[in-house]
Amino acid sequence: MSEKHTTDVIIIGAGPCGLFAVFELGLLDLKCHLVDILDKPGGQCAELYPEKPIYDIPAWPVISGQDLTDRLLEQIAPFNPQFHYQQMAESIQKLDNGNWEMTTDQGIVIEAPVIVIAAGGGSFMPKKPPIPELKRYEGESVFYAVRKMDVFKDHDLVIAGGGDSALDWCLNMQPIAKSVTLVHRRDDFRAAPDSVLKMRKLVEQGKMGLVIGDIKGIDGADGQVEALQVKTKTQGELELKCSRFLAFYGLTMKLGPVADFGLNLHENLIPVDTEKFQTSEAGIFAIGDINHYPGKLKLILSGFHEAALMAQEAFRICRPNEKLRFQYTTSSSDLQKKLGVAEDKAA
Amino acid sequence: MKIHVTDQEGVKHELDALEGWRVMEIIRDHGLPIKAECGGSCCCATCHVYVDEDWLDKLYPLSEDEDDMLDETFDREDNSRLSCQLIMTEDLDGLSVTLSETAKP
Repeated sequence: MSEKHTTDVIIIGAGPCGLFAVFELGLLDLKCHLVDILDKPGGQCAELYPEKPIYDIPAWPVISGQDLTDRLLEQIAPFNPQFHYQQMAESIQKLDNGNWEMTTDQGIVIEAPVIVIAAGGGSFMPKKPPIPELKRYEGESVFYAVRKMDVFKDHDLVIAGGGDSALDWCLNMQPIAKSVTLVHRRDDFRAAPDSVLKMRKLVEQGKMGLVIGDIKGIDGADGQVEALQVKTKTQGELELKCSRFLAFYGLTMKLGPVADFGLNLHENLIPVDTEKFQTSEAGIFAIGDINHYPGKLKLILSGFHEAALMAQEAFRICRPNEKLRFQYTTSSSDLQKKLGVAEDKAA
Repeated sequence: MKIHVTDQEGVKHELDALEGWRVMEIIRDHGLPIKAECGGSCCCATCHVYVDEDWLDKLYPLSEDEDDMLDETFDREDNSRLSCQLIMTEDLDGLSVTLSETAKP
C-alpha cells in the first residue's frame, strides 16, 4: 500500500493533545492529518483508562478518558481532520522545497511544512515474553496481532493471553485453524465473560485446548515454530507442538522510531522551547507528555496550552505571507464561521 | 515514615514516605527507575515491585484488577504487587520493596 497526501500539519499521535492541536491549528485555517499506531483516537486515555475518571480537566469536575476523547472529537469535527490509524510514523525527511515528508510503517507518505509530535509516552507496542530466540520467528510464524486471518488457516495455533484479544481470536480462529490451544498463566480470564464461556464450551467439547502455564521456550527452524515449552504448576514442563504462535500480553509504550528522527533528546523526551514548543529542528514541534522543558508538568492541560502556542508558530511557517491575527472565539465572526456556529446577521 | 527500596541494580535506598501517598509516587518522586506509565490507575504493570516477605501480610489484599495486570508481566512472583496500589499508612512505616525489571523505564 502506498498513498501520498499533502497537508499543512502532520500530527503524530491522536491522544488528547494531538486532538486539541487540530482545534488550535484549525482556528488558524491549518489542515491536519493525524497518524496513530492504535486503531482509535484518544491515546492513553482511550487505550489504558477509558473508564477511569480524570479530575483535573478545567471545567470538568470529573470526566472519563473516553468521554474526554469523544468531546475533543466533537470539538474538532468542524475542521475535518484526516486520521490514519494503525500506522506508525517511521521516518521523516526534509524535502528540497523546505517541507517535511513523513512515511509510516504501512507505506503512507504525508508532506507538510509542519510536523507536531504529540506522541505521549511513545508508541503502544506489544509486550513480548522474555524468550530471546522469539525474534527469529517474528513475522514468519510468531505474531502479536492479526492482520490477515489466512496466515493461520489450517495451522496448529497456540494463542497466549487472558484478555479480550486472546479470547476473541481463539473463537475466531477455531473454525479455520487445524487446532487452537490457549495458554494462560491462571485459570481465570479478564476477557468478556461471554467469550470466556464460549471458550470453555469449546474446550469441553474437545474442539480446542486450554493449558494453564507460562511459555518459557520455543523450538523450530528457519523462522518456523515447531513447538513451545510451557511450564505448568500441575503437569510440570509441557511441549506444545504448533506451527503458529499468537501472543497477546498487552501493550506497553516505547518511544519507537521518533528516537531516530534526528532530534535532540533528553532521557527519551524531546526538549522544546517554551515560546513555540519547537524542537531542535525548525518546523518540528513537540507537545504533551513527550516534550521536556524546565518546569514541565505531564498534565493534559499543559499539553492543551502547548498546542495553542505551537499553533501560532505553525501558522507563520505554513503561511509566511499572511498576517497572524489573534482572535477570540467569543467575538470573532470569522472564527465562529469556521466552527459552524456563526449567526446569520444579513437578515 | 520511611520505606526501603532496592533498585534493579541491587542498590538500596531509604526514602521519606508520606501518609496517603502511593508507594509508586514516593519512588517516582525520589527519581528512582520506575516507569509507572499509566500514572497510578492500575492499568499497566510498569510499577511492579516485589514486597519483602515480612510485609506481605500487612498489605491491603490484591484486587482482581491488580491480579490481571500483574499477569501481563513476565517476572511475576508470589510476592509481586503493583506499587501504585500500595497506599502508605503508619502500619507500613519501614516497608521494604524491590523494583522489578518490568518497572524499568
